Amino acid sequence: MLLLLQYTLIFASVLLLVALGGCYSEHSGVINLGLEGIMVIGALGGALVMRFLPATMNGFLVVLLTLLGAVGFGDLYSALLAVACINFKADQTIVGTALNILGTALATVLVKAINMSINPDDVSSTIQYVGAKRNFVASIGSFQFNWFMVIAVIALIVAYVVLYKTKFGLRLMACGEHPQAAASVGINVYKMRWAGVLISGVFGSLGGISYILAGVSEWKFENGVAGFGFLALAVMIFGQWKPTRIALAALLFGLFRALSNVYIGIGFLAALNIPSTVYNMLPYIISLLVLALTSKNSKAPKAEGIPYDPGMR
Amino acid sequence: MKKKSIFESEGFQSLVASLICIVLGLLLGYIVLLLINPAGAGTAIMAVIKNFLNYSKAALQAKNFGNTLVKTAPLLMCALSVLFCYKVGLFNIGAAGQYVIGACISIYAALAWNLPWWLCIILAIAVGFIYGAIVGLLKAYCNVNEVISGIMLNWIGLYMTNMILTGVKESTSPYTLHLRSNSPGSVLPTLGLDKLFSNNEYVSLAIPLAILITIAIKILLDKTKFGYELKATGYNKNAAKYAGMAEKSNIIVTLAIGGALAALGGAFLYLTDYELWECTSSAVPGMGFNGIAAAFLGGLNPVGTIFSSYFIQHITTGGAYVDKTHYSSQISDLISALIIYLCGFVGFMKLVMKRRIAQKQERSKVTGEVIENKEGGKK
Repeated sequence: MLLLLQYTLIFASVLLLVALGGCYSEHSGVINLGLEGIMVIGALGGALVMRFLPATMNGFLVVLLTLLGAVGFGDLYSALLAVACINFKADQTIVGTALNILGTALATVLVKAINMSINPDDVSSTIQYVGAKRNFVASIGSFQFNWFMVIAVIALIVAYVVLYKTKFGLRLMACGEHPQAAASVGINVYKMRWAGVLISGVFGSLGGISYILAGVSEWKFENGVAGFGFLALAVMIFGQWKPTRIALAALLFGLFRALSNVYIGIGFLAALNIPSTVYNMLPYIISLLVLALTSKNSKAPKAEGIPYDPGMR
Repeated sequence: MKKKSIFESEGFQSLVASLICIVLGLLLGYIVLLLINPAGAGTAIMAVIKNFLNYSKAALQAKNFGNTLVKTAPLLMCALSVLFCYKVGLFNIGAAGQYVIGACISIYAALAWNLPWWLCIILAIAVGFIYGAIVGLLKAYCNVNEVISGIMLNWIGLYMTNMILTGVKESTSPYTLHLRSNSPGSVLPTLGLDKLFSNNEYVSLAIPLAILITIAIKILLDKTKFGYELKATGYNKNAAKYAGMAEKSNIIVTLAIGGALAALGGAFLYLTDYELWECTSSAVPGMGFNGIAAAFLGGLNPVGTIFSSYFIQHITTGGAYVDKTHYSSQISDLISALIIYLCGFVGFMKLVMKRRIAQKQERSKVTGEVIENKEGGKK
């Protein structure tokens, strides 16, 4: 049971981070469907840092540099979405989808090239980070504590304060509800939307690096992040674009995702003898059901997905 | 009234925009190769572009050209699926999963029940229709974003397929059994097409059939009342409703047809026995995602999609010929993804083209008036 709690909390942290990222972007008026790709590129940045840092380095420094690497890569990548969707008024769905496919392809090509340059026989797309991973976890009894749980909670509090209690947050949300009205009182809608997308890039990359550090100590980049970016979007919709509700939704989804990792260790679930594939499918099925029940009364920002046209009324 | 010049036509502008996307996509891919290893980058990008021309013998060229066509047929179906739904304002990213489901049903029907090929195809269409309709129902009645439900169903479809096809796989490997040796009646007939490609037994009925279906979709969208209603729903859902069209059932039917098309694509590939399903697959096959690239690169025109599908498959297969000591075949996925990204800028490119033409016309109009005035002055 402790193991289930541990995995639930870590997967919930990943989902919370990414969903909060989506929340900033959508409140500014840009649908960020590219979160999945941003997670992959963020994870790549972090994994490369961990791979090439000397093993003797101070643990805190390793954590800091890894996070910086992830955010640097992922945020640069999210700028691709921002420039296309905000400045060139591109279709946000097409660009987001392109970023998802591009993320996995780019990561695979780069990791394979790096692996081959070190050892010509190594054609895998896997990066190992056994040593560096130890710095992210701490054991409390048999419970493995992960620093990303703290980061996720901090991100939640920050998101709540920023969105509802600061001038910046309220202006950001105005741009997602009625950008022309926001512009009429002197808010620069382009700048605000850029800010929204770049912040979502930061959280998306943090989510990406925390996802590949959640259970394993190596990652095969050919697999991307297995639809986790989209699960996070489902969490965001279920949470009705509100940080606190998103946190609760993330816990629920995290529980179902965790089940597939640990169901063998839970007596009555193992006794049911359900094939492991069913547990793998579970998070996706649950999210479909949840979306079906909650999307009807959607509280989505009104102007999301529509490119900003200053001349429109 | 002056006749419109070719530069003003929508089709010409789409073609120019698509060509720009291709050139820029290849250029960016080349830059990535340069960053990895400058020495072989030129050869590598040429290997991708040459594909089957990498072989020097004519017979081998024909055979490998055939192989590219074998995979173009399913890609064309996925592209049509994306295109058809996009005309109604829906983004069918679920094509990838519907393709997987089509593959699953056709392989299972062939190996477990030994059904003839045409029955396998009909089953794939039927199941794809239902699978696509789920997305449509969720969209029409529960307001669920079709992109997110599509992605969820992609993963559900992948895991289900792995589970179902484990029943018909080889005992020692993760791959499904060969159709040709276990159920020869389920393999798509070649209609003698194999002779044209130095006896490539995988070149089958699927290729001409895919082109016929493309033409049928074109007619359906442009020449029928049903197609008109669907497009009207896409332009403005509320206006369509106001005009008495059943906008909800239009959404469901559209996504169901999209599902059927993509599933048919899955049947088109796996019923040739060219590829076997790997029952431990941990990622959704890229065919459906490449379909998105092909649909947009083809300017969202069914006939254009035939050429763009061939192009995307050409470079995807071409990726296998890069020098594997420095690069990986995924470079072609990278180029396809870049092309989709660049397709996002097509609207902007067309705007620039239209502005240039308008400026030119304005200028020629002004000079024309000046000449007329001069002539008038002489009198």
